[in-house]
Amino acid sequence: MIRSLRRVAPQLMTLVVLAALVSWFFPSFLQIDMSDGRLVGPVIDILKRGAPVAILAVGMTLVVATGGIDLSVGTVMAITGAVAASALVSGWGVPVALILAVGAGMIAGLWNGCLVAVLGIQPIVATLILMTAGRGIAQLITEGRILTYSDTGFGFLGSGSILGIPVPALLWVLTGVLVALLMRRTALGLLVEAVGVNKRASALAGVNARGLIIVVYMASGLCAALAGIIATADIRGADANNAGLWLELDAILAVVIGGNSLLGGRFSIAASVLGAMIIQTIDTGILLAGFPSEYNLVIKAVLVLAILMIQSPHLASEWALIRMQIARRRAAREQEV
Amino acid sequence: MTFKTLMMTTVATLGLAAAAQAQTVGFSQIGSESGWRAAETTLTKQQAEERGIDLKFSDAQQKQENQIAAMRNFIAQGVDAILIAPVVATGWDSILAEAKEAEIPVVLLDRKVDSSDDMYLTAVGSDLVHEGEVAGKWLVDTVGDKDCRVVELQGTTGSSPAIDRKTGFEKGIAGHDNIEIVRSQTGDFTRSVGKEVMESFLQAENGGENICALYAHNDDMAVGAIQAIKEAGLLPGKDILVVSIDGVPDIFKAMSEGEANATVELTPNMAGPAFDALAAYWKDGTMPPKFIQTDSALYTMQDDPAGQYEARKDLGY
Amino acid sequence: MLLTIQSLTKTFPGTKALDGVNFDLSAGEVHALLGENGAGKSTLIKCLTGAYRRDEGEMHLDGRLISPTSTSEAQELGIGTVYQEVNLLPNLTVAQNLTFGREPRRFGLINSRAQKLAALEMLQGYGLDIDVGRDLSSYSVAIQQIIAIARAVAVSGKVLILDEPTASLDAAEVRMLFDVVRNLRDRGLGIVFVSHFLDQVFELTDRLTVLRNGQHVVTEQTAGLDRLQLIHHMLGRDLEAVEEQGHTGHAPIVERPAMLHFTGIGRAGVIEPFDLTVHEGEVIGFAGLLGSGRTESAELLFGLRRAQTGEARDQSGPISIETPQSAIAAGFGFAPEDRKTDGIVAELSIRENIILALQAQRGWARPLPRAEQDRLAADYIKRLDIRTSDAEKAIGDLSGGNQQKVVLARWLAMNPRFLILDEPTRGIDVGAHAEILKLIDRLTEDGMAVLIISSELDELVVAADRIIVVRDRRHVSELTGSAVTSDTIMQAIAAEDHAPAQEVAR
Repeated sequence: MIRSLRRVAPQLMTLVVLAALVSWFFPSFLQIDMSDGRLVGPVIDILKRGAPVAILAVGMTLVVATGGIDLSVGTVMAITGAVAASALVSGWGVPVALILAVGAGMIAGLWNGCLVAVLGIQPIVATLILMTAGRGIAQLITEGRILTYSDTGFGFLGSGSILGIPVPALLWVLTGVLVALLMRRTALGLLVEAVGVNKRASALAGVNARGLIIVVYMASGLCAALAGIIATADIRGADANNAGLWLELDAILAVVIGGNSLLGGRFSIAASVLGAMIIQTIDTGILLAGFPSEYNLVIKAVLVLAILMIQSPHLASEWALIRMQIARRRAAREQEV
Repeated sequence: MTFKTLMMTTVATLGLAAAAQAQTVGFSQIGSESGWRAAETTLTKQQAEERGIDLKFSDAQQKQENQIAAMRNFIAQGVDAILIAPVVATGWDSILAEAKEAEIPVVLLDRKVDSSDDMYLTAVGSDLVHEGEVAGKWLVDTVGDKDCRVVELQGTTGSSPAIDRKTGFEKGIAGHDNIEIVRSQTGDFTRSVGKEVMESFLQAENGGENICALYAHNDDMAVGAIQAIKEAGLLPGKDILVVSIDGVPDIFKAMSEGEANATVELTPNMAGPAFDALAAYWKDGTMPPKFIQTDSALYTMQDDPAGQYEARKDLGY
Repeated sequence: MLLTIQSLTKTFPGTKALDGVNFDLSAGEVHALLGENGAGKSTLIKCLTGAYRRDEGEMHLDGRLISPTSTSEAQELGIGTVYQEVNLLPNLTVAQNLTFGREPRRFGLINSRAQKLAALEMLQGYGLDIDVGRDLSSYSVAIQQIIAIARAVAVSGKVLILDEPTASLDAAEVRMLFDVVRNLRDRGLGIVFVSHFLDQVFELTDRLTVLRNGQHVVTEQTAGLDRLQLIHHMLGRDLEAVEEQGHTGHAPIVERPAMLHFTGIGRAGVIEPFDLTVHEGEVIGFAGLLGSGRTESAELLFGLRRAQTGEARDQSGPISIETPQSAIAAGFGFAPEDRKTDGIVAELSIRENIILALQAQRGWARPLPRAEQDRLAADYIKRLDIRTSDAEKAIGDLSGGNQQKVVLARWLAMNPRFLILDEPTRGIDVGAHAEILKLIDRLTEDGMAVLIISSELDELVVAADRIIVVRDRRHVSELTGSAVTSDTIMQAIAAEDHAPAQEVAR
């Protein structure tokens, strides 16, 4: 417990600093009210809005832990959203829509996993294929329009709340906890890390590296499906052109802010979802602060750069060195005196 | 049935051929990147059919080289006119010169090009600034003297619709100090970002209590924002007035449910005015003006939004 | 003195890698730097070449105090280094490699004619007759090694550090390299020579310095020491006589029951079909030159490469060796030759590395309880004398010998009946070497069969009951009992190609 807390300490610290920063521009940032039996406030918005990226980050963490990367998740969101919406429009009901969407996500993951593990295509290239082609598939399903449905039951997944907490927030926390437990309470986590660090050595030790890689891409597809469902439920429609657009990059960024190495190996799902919350806090904070929109991306980039620099292990050692040199110089000066 | 249809078509074709010698028009469309674009394609085909024009359609899939190739093809086929929705503004000089050489009139739809205006017959399009102005005027007329704090959902930062629709709206409300834009952020022209940004507006403006109206640069963002307003426990259309631009089916649906107040239509029927201008040109060489501005019609809750929705929902939006 | 190092100290979290070490080097000498793995050799070299910054102590080059902060700075100062793994760029030409970073330019562009001329000039005196316009990778490791030396000498020119330069060279190549080194010594360079091969140390070097546990032990004239004294210095204890003991005296093979039969195992272009019977508790050795097919034979047996022909069976019937997983299920284990790329999972802890194969066999859904993992790790750390402060330490931080022990522990935890060890003692210091050989001996007492692949003939002679000689992708002969000596193996390996043909003719 203490160990895992120490692992996510930099991310928690970053969140605290960001919260302080946003509060400075927007004093009631941390205020949470109760309205119509649901919690309301910027923090609640962040928990809710950050859901798609947080869920994507869960799957992405696993893929990254094997030394891979999944660029297709944003597109898979669009596909699964389109599948769900068209099932609803056809009147097949919520359960069928969910099953079809999740199925589509897992098929997408299976496709990616097979390209990577069986055909040995580089992950970045393999998933790029679906990233580009997938939006076309989504557009075929929606026939190029925003597919609007009117099922309130499905909409609950995007905008409902349980015990005052928004459903998307519950969904990402649940996903994160379940996947983390699955990884750490079984041997999956260890095997994934072993494959990520040294695939050859792991395979030689009898680890089914190929199978594991396919599984993590399927998990990533499943997470993308969940994120797609939330996005579609949120706007009561499937927008094939814009759903999940560029979110794969936010998900990768979340994983990186979470301190996970893109080279694979040790991973922390908790740190990744905190990374997603950091990104969302920045996004929401910029909106609340009310800067002109031309500054949005610049501010975000500066903040992300600052976070990554502070977390950089290289920089940490440089800091230690600089401090040591200063101390030495001071000692030398004192000697001279 | 089939026989009857066939007979009718044949008769119609023969009759038209005899009357006006069916004209052939080539249409190079950008692609189908948005619902509006799809509706434009549908309407262009409908308009051509109504007028007995033989339309040759080519989808450029967002590529200029495809459009140039399509135009060259049309010229080679000796069509009577070319309609083009240019994907970019530059690089059209030589292909327009080729069309001029072949004495084929070219009509630009919806977007403009940088070439000199004697290279094409005319351009049909809407005036983005005017659209914003119509929306602004509507708000002025609606709120009267009451104070009104407006939040604005901009289009994609830096895009010309976002810039022009903002300018137009500001022009529309100019001189009415009771109306003030208090927050303005980009919603990227999408439903989901529109919703997200609206949520932050609501947070920032005392849960939405301080907001009197929402102006969105397109309907999609307005539809997203309407949901955000509803989820915040307010009534869109009553507690917060909603005005936006484009006239897509979903905003008419929202209007019919009382959740949106007004939209300014950016008509996808660019082809109608284009064909009218062409007909006059073919008949006696009448030169149309170099820019034909389409109607920026205002629709409100009083304009039978349910009926408008029905009329539009199958156009491919 | 060309180079003097005084009381150099370097501390890493938890360990003192160097503790007040002294070292000196004069111009025109070859000075061996010796020690077990973890003695501090590489730390010393890294401080010298600027890869690490020292905590305490002084370094003087030509009487001037130096503190390089990067390898390039060290090069500028005159200290060049050549590593075991040649760190040049294999896909560039020899000339490009030699002049890399200092390309002759004309009008801002690289002048490739001048570049080739400069390269040829740099290679003069090294006795190489090669085309500098060809890719570096088209030449043997030995030639690449010499090219790396030529580059280092040209760039730096005062001190040349050779870190395990002969590890992957054959005897003739070693001679070629030594000629180059002697030549450079005569030209007045100071050369630091790091090697595990004691014979080479005695053959080449003038003086030697021994480090142990980060401390300086002795600096002596090489000629003034004998082998035993040197080993004594390095180990700090008398090497237990496993190696000197000669043959360990296993019982003759016939008395042991056969356990595994491999018949006609082969793969086109890799190894011709061969038969092999493995008996309980025996040690089989595969001898042969690099590339003869000895490693490939083992890979087929373990399913790392799929055999095109042949089958494997035990007493109860056929067994599958199509993949490592099925081979492991059949009770096989395999400690690969290249520990770093195929053996260890560097970032993971010692504990995780030890339980990896066991866990993989149990499947992901049945995790080994943590208490059981800890028990296994502690048990093997103790049994194999793995030197570490903690089972949670990353295996990548251990020395080579200890890494190898962890890899062995991984397989022993599976309790295999047939364990394949490919070069189990490569790059390992003398002490660990002897321990691993002793361990093999102990394992076979319990009935486990072991297959050893090694290029060290003495090691094979000591460890194996019978030797299978592999040459030109064929298993050419088998030596048993008293026929197992270095000489006979050497003869079998060196036999002319027509020899087996004569046998067949007879």
